[in-house]
Amino acid sequence: MSDEFFSARDIAMHFGGIRAVESVSFDVQRGEVFSIIGPNGAGKTTIFNMISRIYTPTAGTLNFDGQDITRIAPHRIARLGIARTFQNIELFTNATLLQNLLIGRHSHSTAPLLSQLAFLPSVRRAEVDHRKRAEEVIEFLDLQRYRDQLIANLPYGVRKVVELGRALCSQPKLLLLDEPSSGLNTEETEGMAFWIEDIKKDLSVTIIMVEHDMKLVAAVSDRVMALNQGRILAMGSSAEVQGHPDVVRAYIGGEPEAPRVESVAAA
Amino acid sequence: MSQLKTSYEQDLSLAGTRSNVVWYGLLLASLLLVPLAFSEFYVGEMSFVLIYSIAGVGLMLLTGYTGLVSLGHAAFLGIGAYANAILLSRGVPFVLSLPLAGLISAAAGVAIGIPTLRMSGLYLAIATLAFGSIVVLVGEKWHGLTGGFDGLPVPTPSILGIAVEEPTGIYYLALAVLVFVLFVAMNILRTPLGRALVAIRDSEISAQSMGINLAFYKTVSFAISAGLTGLAGALFGHYVRHLAPDSFGILLSIQLVTIVFIGGLGSLHGAIFGAVFVALLPQAIALVRDDLPFGIGQLPGLEPSLFGLILVLVIMFEPTGIHGRWLKLKRYFLAFPLHQRTSFRRQKSYAKSERLR
Repeated sequence: MSDEFFSARDIAMHFGGIRAVESVSFDVQRGEVFSIIGPNGAGKTTIFNMISRIYTPTAGTLNFDGQDITRIAPHRIARLGIARTFQNIELFTNATLLQNLLIGRHSHSTAPLLSQLAFLPSVRRAEVDHRKRAEEVIEFLDLQRYRDQLIANLPYGVRKVVELGRALCSQPKLLLLDEPSSGLNTEETEGMAFWIEDIKKDLSVTIIMVEHDMKLVAAVSDRVMALNQGRILAMGSSAEVQGHPDVVRAYIGGEPEAPRVESVAAA
Repeated sequence: MSQLKTSYEQDLSLAGTRSNVVWYGLLLASLLLVPLAFSEFYVGEMSFVLIYSIAGVGLMLLTGYTGLVSLGHAAFLGIGAYANAILLSRGVPFVLSLPLAGLISAAAGVAIGIPTLRMSGLYLAIATLAFGSIVVLVGEKWHGLTGGFDGLPVPTPSILGIAVEEPTGIYYLALAVLVFVLFVAMNILRTPLGRALVAIRDSEISAQSMGINLAFYKTVSFAISAGLTGLAGALFGHYVRHLAPDSFGILLSIQLVTIVFIGGLGSLHGAIFGAVFVALLPQAIALVRDDLPFGIGQLPGLEPSLFGLILVLVIMFEPTGIHGRWLKLKRYFLAFPLHQRTSFRRQKSYAKSERLR
């Protein structure tokens, strides 16, 4: 039994003959930002899907907060305190921003079905409470002016933030961010870096992040793990990992160029 | 005039603004006065609209809000109608037989919901279509229970010893049930349950990662939808007074689907608009039938073909249905003369339930 906040032990995921992830182990400490990088098809999102229990690992165990979550039902993950965002944004597009955030509160709603059908006073009180929490998140992420708009009418950059907000609404202990900067312009990516810092500092949420934008990775990560073809290449600080010869070879297929590492370390 | 909101409670109130309270109050009052002002024929037609509205709200929860298509919903209408009639003829009082009809229908909804949990789109449509046909077949063959092709007479219901007569009694009964059903539906939509259904419709994967148990909520959606449709069925039985299994077949199912699509998916208003349209269309056809040129009015199958044509046209040109059109009109007049042409452009975005995955 490990006392780590989150740990993956020798996890593997095979799809038929394809070994998407093979014997990967890592620990995440409480309060840190842990980034996973790697070229396309390295198995980053597969690891996320195993943690959020969309996939069941072929082998290995996942532990979270002193509990084995390897075989838990997917819908119970949120209640344990793990929330996530998706690479291609999976918001509820025909609902308003506020409704999306309220759905994020689902893991905290305990009212029995019949009392919901009758809308008993206890349900009403719980709804007001959910709304207060959602409004806190709206304020935290500066989303006030979009509150009652349909997601379908919002620009991509805002949707990314809304998805972050929906995850925060569940008051997670661990937040999984799948490419938070994909599709964002430079300015929006910088904004995202600030949100991530704030979430870590103000809300003390632990974050595991899959990301391609090395500037963002370097700016917010405490530790970085590099994957290629389902295996770990390197683990350590952002500069260490990016300078690691295997990592460079995986990305560009050649020897490291010194200036590249320097500029990243300076960022 | 819109009021400035000052508390979260205001967003939870069913009526919303004060002007809404006035308008819906007026609507309810005029509905209560219908039997005093109109002849029995029109009261009967209005009861029919109300019954279709109840069924429409039931199917709207499943198709419009959970994104699950059902081409067998007439079966739930039939199960409700038969359950109610059989219970009544065995001496169960109406105040019990009506809710029991809803519950039995809901149980049937669970029975079809569980095996079809992993289906969506076309597959679910075919599975529910098959379910609908099976129910009709069972109704025809199980002579001892349903009377088969001979049909089943529906006893006149009585509440507290007072007989509820056609058409006025049934009209008020249907109105009361519709108000109850709308109350339940609106409660669903403002609670975690309703949000879970919408979440499942828009993205199953993220619904799951928000902690929503897909299997449970899909089954609940089927159960509630079937239950409400079963209530409509019980009243439908009293409206037609004589049940025959084949009247709950595919044609009626398609009418129910037409209600939610023409009305506008994902809106309770839409369910009512659609029900008014679908329930009154045959009457409208009957009115003009003799005046149509080239003997079109005498062609067999005119009604189903018109339903089909209208369904196709609505899906192509106004996917948000009558309700969506109504919202656009309202916005047009609110913004007039500053409206923007783009706001009223033809919509090409579809809710997920219309898409085959």
